[in-house]
Parts: sequence; C-alpha cells; structure tokens
Amino acid sequence: MTQQEKPNTNSRRFTKEILKGLVIANPVFVLVLGLCPTLAVTISIDNALGMSAGVIFVLLGSNLIISMLRRITPQLVRIPVYIVVIATFVTILSLVFEAYLPPLYESLGIYLALIVVNCIILGRAEAFASKNTILLSIADAIGIGIGFALSLIIVSFFREILGTGKLTVFGKTLFSIPVLSSDPLAFFIMPPGAFLVLGLLLALFRWLGVLKNE
Amino acid sequence: MNNDASLITIFVGMVIINNMVLTKFLGLCPFFGVSKKLSNAISMGVAVTFVMLLAAIATSVIYNFILLPYDIEFMNIIIYILVIASLVQIVELIIRRTNIALYNSLGIYLPLITTNCAVLGITLINASNSYSIVQSMVSAVGGGLGFTLVLIIMSGIRERLELGDTPKSLRGLPVAFVTASLLALSFMGFSGLL
Repeated sequence: MTQQEKPNTNSRRFTKEILKGLVIANPVFVLVLGLCPTLAVTISIDNALGMSAGVIFVLLGSNLIISMLRRITPQLVRIPVYIVVIATFVTILSLVFEAYLPPLYESLGIYLALIVVNCIILGRAEAFASKNTILLSIADAIGIGIGFALSLIIVSFFREILGTGKLTVFGKTLFSIPVLSSDPLAFFIMPPGAFLVLGLLLALFRWLGVLKNE
Repeated sequence: MNNDASLITIFVGMVIINNMVLTKFLGLCPFFGVSKKLSNAISMGVAVTFVMLLAAIATSVIYNFILLPYDIEFMNIIIYILVIASLVQIVELIIRRTNIALYNSLGIYLPLITTNCAVLGITLINASNSYSIVQSMVSAVGGGLGFTLVLIIMSGIRERLELGDTPKSLRGLPVAFVTASLLALSFMGFSGLL
C-alpha cells in the first residue's frame, strides 16, 4: 500500500461506518434496541429531536473515552467502567438540559436519565468502541446516533401528525391538516398509539424489503 | 419534604394504572425478548421484582441519608446505576451459592436486569416523587408485579399467536407490537380507577 492510498482507505472506512448505522445496522428498526425512549418521547418532533441530540452526545462521548481507554481497561471490570463513563456523560447532559433548556428537560423527564441504560450505548461500547480506534469509534457513534435520530423522527412524525393534526417544530407550525387538526386522533399520542405506529412501521419496512423477515 | 400518598394508592397505581411497560415504556427489551414462553416470563418477572425491591430500598436509603443531607442529588444517576449493577452481582452470587436450581432457572436473566430500564426507572420515579423508604418499597413491589402481570399476559397471547397465520411481514416482532398496543389500550380503561 502506497502512502497516498492509506488516508483514502481510512476515510472510506470512516464513511462506511457512518453509513452502516443509518440503514444496515439501524438501532431501532433493525437491531430493535433502545425501545423505551423510542416509544416514550416520540409524542412530538421537538421531543424526538431533543432526545436524539442527547443520545448522540452521550454516544459520542462514551465511544470516544472507551476507545481511548480500551488498552488499559481490565477485561474483568470493563462493564462497570463503561457504565461509569456513560453515567458521567448522562449527568453532564441532564445538568446542561436543566440549566439551558428547562421546557425540554421537563418534557423528557426520567427518560433523559434513562439514557444510561439505553442498550444502544452500552451495546456500541461493548461491540465496537472497545475494539476499534478512536476515529472509527467516532464514526460509529455518528452513524448509529443519526440512525437513532432518524428512526425517532420517523415515529414522531406519524404520531404527531395523526395525534394532533399538525406538525410543529420548535414552536412553529409547519402545516396543519384541516379536518384532523380540529378533531385529532388522540389515540396516537397516547401509549397504545406508540406501540401501534412502531409495529406497523416495522411491518411496512419488511414489506418494502428494506428489512429482512425473521 | 415527604409525599403523603397512601400505600394502597401507590401500589394500585404502579400495578395497573401507571403500568411500567404499557404506559411508561420501561423494561421493553425483556418484555419483547422474554415473552415468547410463559415459564420464562414468570422467572423473569420474579427476578425483576426481587431486584427492584432491593434496589428501591438501597437507593432510597442513599437518597434520604446521603444525597439529600449533603445536597448532591445531581449525583443520583451515577450512584443509582452503580448500586443496581452491584446488587445484581451480589444477588447472582448468593443465588448461585445457596440454591442451584433457582440459579439455573433465573441465572441467565439476572445479568440482563442491570440494563433493564424498569429497575433504574423505579428508583428515579421514587426519588422524583420523594417517597419515604416504605413508600418506595411498596412502589417497587407494585412496579415489579405490574411488569410480571403484563409479561405473563403477553406470553400467553404470543404462545397462541405462534399458531395463527400471520401475514409474512407482520410475523414476529411487528405483530407483538400491535398486540402490546391493544393491551395498552385495554389497560387505559383502568385510568379512572383512583
């Protein structure tokens, strides 16, 4: 391998890791991980975006630190080490949200703290960051994080439109559907609607052939 | 400041009205992962309830006697998750040493409980409602029983569902989500109970 090719393949691997998280290993629709926040906070697009930002921040931070420490972490106590690293970033995140974004902090409630036990983050630490270089771990975090955000946005898009009849992003109403907005299907904002939307979306993606059947 | 909700209100609320799984979406991974067979569902439910009770006692002691007096409540996430992780390890060790039959039936589920959001969830709910130690214990047992109840109902339905002729793309998880949706809908009927 000549010197010119090396950075090229490196950057190609970097983009490959990012793209992987979006479709092939999409955390929600393919791996079916991190379901609690996916269902609980997708009442509105705003909440979904806030949650995604939080998860991306924690995932980036934990992947970065864990891949930096991967050579000096003893095999036996690796899980407690990962948990402490993740919990530290979640604490930072919840303090920042409480100070600067109080409405979002209120509406995310305990689900913000529950990012600690989100299987996606511990899963990436164990399966990827503990074995790969810092750069690739960052790429993996970005890919998986954006894949998670995308799924959250898709689910909340359907729930918000059906449940309120309009789409509101950061307090600005993008559009509203005439009949639906005066008489919305509140079912979709409530818990049963979350299960139904996610189940039907999973079935739809399988039917379209995006996902494999079991 | 203490919460003066009565123990029965907390218990009934946790078991059916604010069910962990169906209204708070906590513990969904085991809910969909372990609900394929009835016997596994019962074992998982018992293990979760037990760990939840221990975790609730430990964390509420820590919350009331360490975090509150020294004004370091912001540390609760880190401390709670460490307490839960070590509790699970200790319980696993004790069961393995004392009752090998129980260990064989529960053993594989115990490590999974550390990352079960229902356990951390109940300790955070207790802290945010500023429950006393007794109230925390009742709410943990209620939450655990609610989790077990839904897991048993779900596994009964899924055992039947396996026999049915489900459309190809709905087979497996998607139809389990739709079932959970109908279950959640029926549990909403309890919402006016208290």
